[in-house]
Amino acid sequence: MTAQETAAETAMAEGSDSAEAEKMVIIAASGDLDKAWPVMILATTGAAYGMDVTVFFTFWGLEVLKRPDSGITGDDWRQKMLGVFRKGSPDKLGLSTMNFAGMGPWMMKGLATDKNVASVGELLELAQDMGVKLWPCQMTMDLMGLSNDDLIEGLDKPAGAGSAISLMKDASISLFI
Amino acid sequence: MADVTVDARGLQCPMPVIKTSQAIKTLAAGQTVEVIASDRGALSDIPAWAGDMGHTLKEQFEENDEFHFVVEKG
Repeated sequence: MTAQETAAETAMAEGSDSAEAEKMVIIAASGDLDKAWPVMILATTGAAYGMDVTVFFTFWGLEVLKRPDSGITGDDWRQKMLGVFRKGSPDKLGLSTMNFAGMGPWMMKGLATDKNVASVGELLELAQDMGVKLWPCQMTMDLMGLSNDDLIEGLDKPAGAGSAISLMKDASISLFI
Repeated sequence: MADVTVDARGLQCPMPVIKTSQAIKTLAAGQTVEVIASDRGALSDIPAWAGDMGHTLKEQFEENDEFHFVVEKG
């Protein structure tokens, strides 16, 4: 069964309006707060448009899907180093610029709370409620020493570039963020 | 009077559109939802979303810095 057929079956199982729903694919390759935010905003809005939305998390993008308590992961000392410096989970993402050792994200999140902007974590939960499919990249998981237990629940099966291309071939919207 | 009201006041992008989409799912074609938003982005987002989804924007007005949209499900 191809990834598309799997996606179509999932869409039907979840009671989407139609198995023919337009597809939207986002490749989320960044663990920066200022990238993860638009990823989740566009994913939820795509779902509000009745689209069949899949977000494929690869490389640092996987940080978004890491459990807050995942801690140091992997067996190799280099993988463990990654776990020391990249904590993962939506609450711990940094900014691509003006990070200032966490001061930037702290200010940004404070502003977002004051202005009532939904957080990345809230949008992630909302996306799951709205039937957005979240795919972790298998290769990145292997590279970084992450297991399914290190990631949040409710994700789709880890997949690779072939599945992503297969989906994007027929998607109306494909984004790399 | 609309069949359902969505109070999206104080919420920012993308929440007014998301809340409206969730509310309209509960309606039958021909029924209406009234959205009240304070996010200026909703001024373009709600009409764009409604049009693309095949719904009809029946009414739109501004009152006390709040934006009202009445959308009929298509």
